[in-house]
Amino acid sequence: MSTKVKKPLPVWADVALIPLINILLALFVAGLIVLAIGEDPFEALEILILGAFGYEESLGYTLYYTTNFIFTGLAVAVAFHASLFNIGGEGQAYIGGLGVGLILLALDGILPFWMLLPLAIMAAALFGTAWVAVPAYLQAYRGSHIVITTIMFNFIAYFLMNYLLVDVIKAPAQMSPESRVFADNAHMPFMHEILGWFGIETAATPLNGSLFWAVVCCIFVWIFIWRTRWGYMLRTVGQNESAAQYAGIDSRKIVMVALGISGALAGFVGMNEVMGVHHKVLLNFVAGYGFTGIAVSLMGRNHPVGIVLASLLFGILYQGGAELAFEIPAFSREFVVAIQGLIILFCGALTYMCKPWIEGLFYMLQSDPKPAEKEA
Amino acid sequence: MANTETLVEMVQPESESSPAAINLRGISKAFGPVQANDDVNLSVPKGTIHGIVGENGAGKSTLMSILYGFYEADRGDIYISGKKTKIKNSTDAIKAGIGMVHQHFMLVDNFTVLENIMLGAESGAMLSGSIAAARTELERLEREYGLFVNLDAITEELPVGEQQRVEILKALYRGAEILILDEPTGVLTPQETDQLFKILDSLRSQGVTVILITHKLREIMAITNNVSIMRQGKIVADRKTSETNREELAELMVGRKVRIEIDKDDPNPQAMLLDVDNLTVTDSQGIDRLDHVSFGIRAGEIVGIAGVSGNGQSELLEALSGIQPVSEGSFVLNGVTVNANNPKDAAEIRDLGCAHVPEDRLRLGLVKTFNAAESSILGYHLDPAYNGRILTKPDAIRNHCADLMESFDVRPRDPSLKSANFSGGNQQKLILAREMKDKPSVLLVGQPTRGVDIGAIEFIHKQIVAMRDEGSAILLVSVELDEVMSLADRILVMFEGRIVGEVSGKDADEKTLGLMMANALPRNNKQKQEGQA
Amino acid sequence: MKAIKYAAGAAAVMFAVASAQAGDFKPAVVFDMGGKFDKSFNEGVYNGVERFKSEAGTKYREFEVTNETQREQAIRKMAQRGSNPVLGIGFAQGPAIEKVATEFPDTNFAIIDMVVDKPNVQSIVFKEHEGSFLVGVLAAMASKSGKVGFVGGMDIPLIRKFACGFAQGAKHANADVEVIQNMTGSTPSAWNDPGRGAELTKGQFDRGVDVVFAAAGGTGIGVYQAAADAGKYAIGVDSNQNHLHPGTMLTSMLKRVDVAAYNVFKSSSEGKFVPGMNVLGLAEGGVGWALDEHNEKLISAEMKAAVDQAEADIIAGKIVVQDYMSDNKCDY
Repeated sequence: MSTKVKKPLPVWADVALIPLINILLALFVAGLIVLAIGEDPFEALEILILGAFGYEESLGYTLYYTTNFIFTGLAVAVAFHASLFNIGGEGQAYIGGLGVGLILLALDGILPFWMLLPLAIMAAALFGTAWVAVPAYLQAYRGSHIVITTIMFNFIAYFLMNYLLVDVIKAPAQMSPESRVFADNAHMPFMHEILGWFGIETAATPLNGSLFWAVVCCIFVWIFIWRTRWGYMLRTVGQNESAAQYAGIDSRKIVMVALGISGALAGFVGMNEVMGVHHKVLLNFVAGYGFTGIAVSLMGRNHPVGIVLASLLFGILYQGGAELAFEIPAFSREFVVAIQGLIILFCGALTYMCKPWIEGLFYMLQSDPKPAEKEA
Repeated sequence: MANTETLVEMVQPESESSPAAINLRGISKAFGPVQANDDVNLSVPKGTIHGIVGENGAGKSTLMSILYGFYEADRGDIYISGKKTKIKNSTDAIKAGIGMVHQHFMLVDNFTVLENIMLGAESGAMLSGSIAAARTELERLEREYGLFVNLDAITEELPVGEQQRVEILKALYRGAEILILDEPTGVLTPQETDQLFKILDSLRSQGVTVILITHKLREIMAITNNVSIMRQGKIVADRKTSETNREELAELMVGRKVRIEIDKDDPNPQAMLLDVDNLTVTDSQGIDRLDHVSFGIRAGEIVGIAGVSGNGQSELLEALSGIQPVSEGSFVLNGVTVNANNPKDAAEIRDLGCAHVPEDRLRLGLVKTFNAAESSILGYHLDPAYNGRILTKPDAIRNHCADLMESFDVRPRDPSLKSANFSGGNQQKLILAREMKDKPSVLLVGQPTRGVDIGAIEFIHKQIVAMRDEGSAILLVSVELDEVMSLADRILVMFEGRIVGEVSGKDADEKTLGLMMANALPRNNKQKQEGQA
Repeated sequence: MKAIKYAAGAAAVMFAVASAQAGDFKPAVVFDMGGKFDKSFNEGVYNGVERFKSEAGTKYREFEVTNETQREQAIRKMAQRGSNPVLGIGFAQGPAIEKVATEFPDTNFAIIDMVVDKPNVQSIVFKEHEGSFLVGVLAAMASKSGKVGFVGGMDIPLIRKFACGFAQGAKHANADVEVIQNMTGSTPSAWNDPGRGAELTKGQFDRGVDVVFAAAGGTGIGVYQAAADAGKYAIGVDSNQNHLHPGTMLTSMLKRVDVAAYNVFKSSSEGKFVPGMNVLGLAEGGVGWALDEHNEKLISAEMKAAVDQAEADIIAGKIVVQDYMSDNKCDY
């Protein structure tokens, strides 16, 4: 029998064409709003794009945001392959940053950078994982829904960090609830410093070595999901839990592993922020990157390549959006968030909205030659 | 269905001149390079049962999907009762009076039967009023056609056989005048099949037109008025059923002679490889789905389980394969005892040399979104042959899959094609190939030929017998009584979770087995059977 | 065209970084995460700079940050575009101001609520504890139950500073008074959660509190409403909020960020920008308490006398109000 599913679109259409159309749709609607507030949408688009790429500094900021989104996007994607919706990237990133901070505060005067770096990576992963461990256990062994528990753990993370920073790790004699600044040897080198070693002078931006680690993580996730037996088991559980049981895969263990890795990846946001940018433990450095990771992963189709592209898009939106708010007084920051929301809406929530039309178009294009052949 | 009686009177005598219920003209449909339907012409007179037979992938389902609005034909016209009709989606089809019962059921698992039937046919925003009306109407339909289903049962908890009845009820509830049944008897027992045929017969006598897609030539011969034979997207022949026979149909279908009898020697049982002792599986509601079952299988024999579906066969397979935990009793597999205190999961059972071809291949046997290569190692994914220390060996997996495809003639032979894009028969062959590849000492097989075409059935049966002859102990669960009778050396009959009788494969006859499956043997005889068990 | 113009502008900015002259007056303000309409701190600054704009007719550049990293980016961008002075709001912008002020020594910066020790930065801080002390005195004297309440916004040292001064003032007026404290939360949303504020206030009333002081930004709206509903007293914060519920608003503790912001722009426009510490306490009129037509009936002559005395004593140094943030503890 023929299958009852419609024939899928070519891969390139699915991963590139549809997102592109979605972005254009979102920009179109955003443009209408821009028009409604009496500004020129094309000028706004120029500022957005030039503000994200137009000069060295903007590019640095764009890529700095991208780094965060890659981490949280991958975190959501790994869990998603096991059919789990880890919505707690926010808390895991926050606590991951705490882990990095604690290690660096304890050892920054003692160990050299090359020893601190792996320790910080491990601390970010370990703390991120630890923060998802309880929700993961509750999901795997007690059936509590992961969405609910991870959201609750986000709040617990906020309160824990607040308590720790206000009452425990706050450096004395200062107003801000922040730790002391790490010693220089505990700073992740900035990209402009790294490029400086090669004699390339660039503007100072928050972009730092964490970007390389984000690339490593992308490769790791790809290999893990598609080229290891653990990834195979994880996908089996995610796609068909009954088949997993048939194959003798312990889905509870897989849930733990998937969420553990997810938490670790989210934790690396903490590394980028704490070790890479701020060089101290502080409040609210996650700033919604964990939640945006969900949109990034959705848009990137849970694939590392897609996630990199989606992260870049959101990096552009964040940086270019700030530029918009800076350049055009009529654009409040809320407006920028609204544009981001439109993109998330069209590319995330409404991903498949125009798929049927595009499929229809493809059928038309593909079936056209047939009658022609017959006639000939 | 209101004025059916007068309709029948009118239609029957002049059926030659009145417009056909369905008339398809020059239907063509291509999926990429595959021409699934090629200039198909089909005419079905009103009030008849029309059989469509053909091998897997012959284009039967595509044709019916076009008729039901799942696909639009690239070319061709559809006439319903003489009127040219555009069917763009299933709503159009239902409006035109067409109902369809699919091979894979289109039911929402966690809805009740009533909710499933009403789905898409609700009237008004508030359900409560229409629910009461629907219940009354359905109870009437149930009585009329003898299709009893508990309307308040949760659908996924029903056995497959009953789920199908829900599908039929659903179509009837929507007032279908034309009923398409895609492989309807694949999941039914002989009794259920007889009952279905009675229903179809009474539908026919009331002027309903039925299209029956099936592999089973016996059913075609038993119930249809006319039959069309499809091969490679085309209708290759139309026959009046009274003027043809099984042999001719089989030949037209496959284009060559097929033997329906299985050629096998007497069994030569050796050591006991699977010894089941009072095995019990209790479900979450405390009901014994499998109730103190005891039997043994020796190397070199095939033990068949016959039974109406839903009488514990599935639980037996799942308990023996490690999917369901044992509640009570035990079984000894290759010398290792498995019981509630010493549970084994599916992987451990497999390591003990026991392979399992699951009954429901889409739910258990493969992962639809995986490509064939990935599905071909399901359950064997930890095998060092496919794994390095960290990375898998994609080439090894591909080659393995290609080997399986070659050995069981899986088409198309493309390991990178998505599992879901293979036809049911080819999916099944891939799973069988996977499970038989390592020559397991014990093989559990559930419904090995469900939805598989004749050529492949013969091949699969040969493979199973060959495995027996090589010394495997084989447990065969099938709702195809023909299959159980021709393959099994011993046949156990299950009823309500218990084994109610045993007959040797040679002595088995359909009638006795059918009675045992209904637990309706005369008292003396039955007690004797239970004593033996 | 516009693209070219813009790119050219951006490039020009990059190469002309140091060209901003101290003499140019192009004011800019960088609001913090609460946003300029936070009904509190940022809004106070906004009112101040708006007043300057309407009086002087000079436009100013503005930006509202949405995450930690943007602070430095925005401030640097202001400096690059030749803005002068650049006003930063809130202690959180301190490190960013410090860094950018080093990079742009010819640009003037000012920061409210934080000390940045740079030759081109004016640091404006308030002695909130002194103002809180005064309203504490009023609260204790107005209370019949001998219990006064404090509702803070986000639990940070600055708010604890308010709470500590308030408690000290209350105990100064009545040594037996009991001070019940609640913080609204630990995230920035605690600044804007009137529902939670009302809830906490009702809880305090249930425990016998009859005067409540809110230092909680927008959350305070709920606190005042709850007090008005219960017929108990509430004390506003930052700006004069007495008009919100005349009759139940006992007073407001004033922290004149609007004046501070206005003064920064005003003095710069006259070329009189002064870097260094600018501590605004009672003596400087930077903090205080509000007495107007809305609450004059609530403040008895005795209360007014006591609070005036306390104010005089603090200015004279006879009373030392504990600053929580000097040693991270509160003895009251």
